[in-house]
Amino acid sequence: MYGGGYIFDEPNRKQLREEEQHDEPEKLAAFEERIAKGEKIEPGDWMPAEYRRQLIRLIEQHAHSEIIGALPEGTWITRAPGFKRKLALIAKVQDEIGHGQLLYNAAETLGKSREAMINDLLSGKSKYSNVFNYPAETWADVAVIGFLIDAAAIVNQVANAKGSYGPYCRALERICYEESFHLKQGHDVFIELATGTPAQREMLQDALNRWWQPIMHFFGPPDKVSSHSEKLMQWKVKMASNDDMRNQFLDTYVPKIWDLGLTLPDPALRKNEATGRWEYTDPDWDEFFRVINGGGPCNAERLQVRKWAEEHGRWVRKALMRPAERKTFPVA
Amino acid sequence: MSNESLDPRVNRLKLGEAGEIVKVEEGENWNIYEVFHQEKRGAHHEHVGCVHAPDPQLALVFAKEQFGRRKKCVNLWVVKSSDILAFDVEDEDMFANNLEKTYRDASGFKVMEKINKFKQSK
Repeated sequence: MYGGGYIFDEPNRKQLREEEQHDEPEKLAAFEERIAKGEKIEPGDWMPAEYRRQLIRLIEQHAHSEIIGALPEGTWITRAPGFKRKLALIAKVQDEIGHGQLLYNAAETLGKSREAMINDLLSGKSKYSNVFNYPAETWADVAVIGFLIDAAAIVNQVANAKGSYGPYCRALERICYEESFHLKQGHDVFIELATGTPAQREMLQDALNRWWQPIMHFFGPPDKVSSHSEKLMQWKVKMASNDDMRNQFLDTYVPKIWDLGLTLPDPALRKNEATGRWEYTDPDWDEFFRVINGGGPCNAERLQVRKWAEEHGRWVRKALMRPAERKTFPVA
Repeated sequence: MSNESLDPRVNRLKLGEAGEIVKVEEGENWNIYEVFHQEKRGAHHEHVGCVHAPDPQLALVFAKEQFGRRKKCVNLWVVKSSDILAFDVEDEDMFANNLEKTYRDASGFKVMEKINKFKQSK
């Protein structure tokens, strides 16, 4: 799951200008022409430094999100209601870790090692999707995450899979295939609670109320404030605007929620039939930035658990080490 | 919000301080192996991605976990990334097709017309 809500860097305009004017204008033109034709860029190709930097940032954030995203759901493995639910949740959480590894490998083809990425996660320099800084308080939270956050991530990942960088697209293709199972099992848990006893419905409604704002945050700040980057769109690094993806998500999933007699905690939420766009109260974007910068309820716990795993796994990695092996990078 | 985690397993870990610095050494995540997946007997092994592993044997174990856990799979190969020799992607133009290659193609050989003409002339 779990791409989404990236905070793209403002492209470094000075560097872009330098590349256009001094570096290799012919190579840049050929590179942009290749992308415009719908062809993919492969690891050994010449690429602008800014393209490389933005892609590393994007894929790395996505990878961290998969790894950290496994933690809130993992909370419920030991307490899943029933054997089938437990098996499915274990399988899903394992998939998310697998996705993290596929994505780390895609980012490594651009020249940043997995160790460097993990260090940037642990030091707080790299971000991950903001939704995972909130706790999964009840089993209904697992339903909301598995159904709605996976759905939101799929909207994002299906868009990104049409991007320009070959290794990222290939990883996403595999990820989207596995996500379809995640969405289905999340929907199944969601429906079971929604069609269950009054206590189950109440628990689900409570989870929806708590998760609605993080879900609205998921696709990132509105287009009117997020640094609009034509270059990233032209290079097919960013494939759709935050508001467009949010709208697509609302259009598919809000009716499914209302259909079950559940409510969403925003009285202004409605589809404007004339424009085809959804209208809603702006979520609290100050809160979004506060949480992304470390102020959320679970930021500290997530990173500490990750550090614990790194430290306590070290002796195993060291014991298996072959000192004569020279470090290499993936070829594709 | 209390400092207690909702996850009882996390509470048992006795986590360190929030600001504590943990650093992974370069190379600590071992080496990279490319993985090739065979979906069924008789099919080609196809490249599907890579794994980090300290040696080829463990690379196979990790590859099974990463690439053999869902889709059909009958066999896997692993090979160290640095052992792969590839053409430079910039030399792609050397594979450009000469359009006049029908002599290499089944479509370049048409006999029915001649057979029909021969039969009609009889």
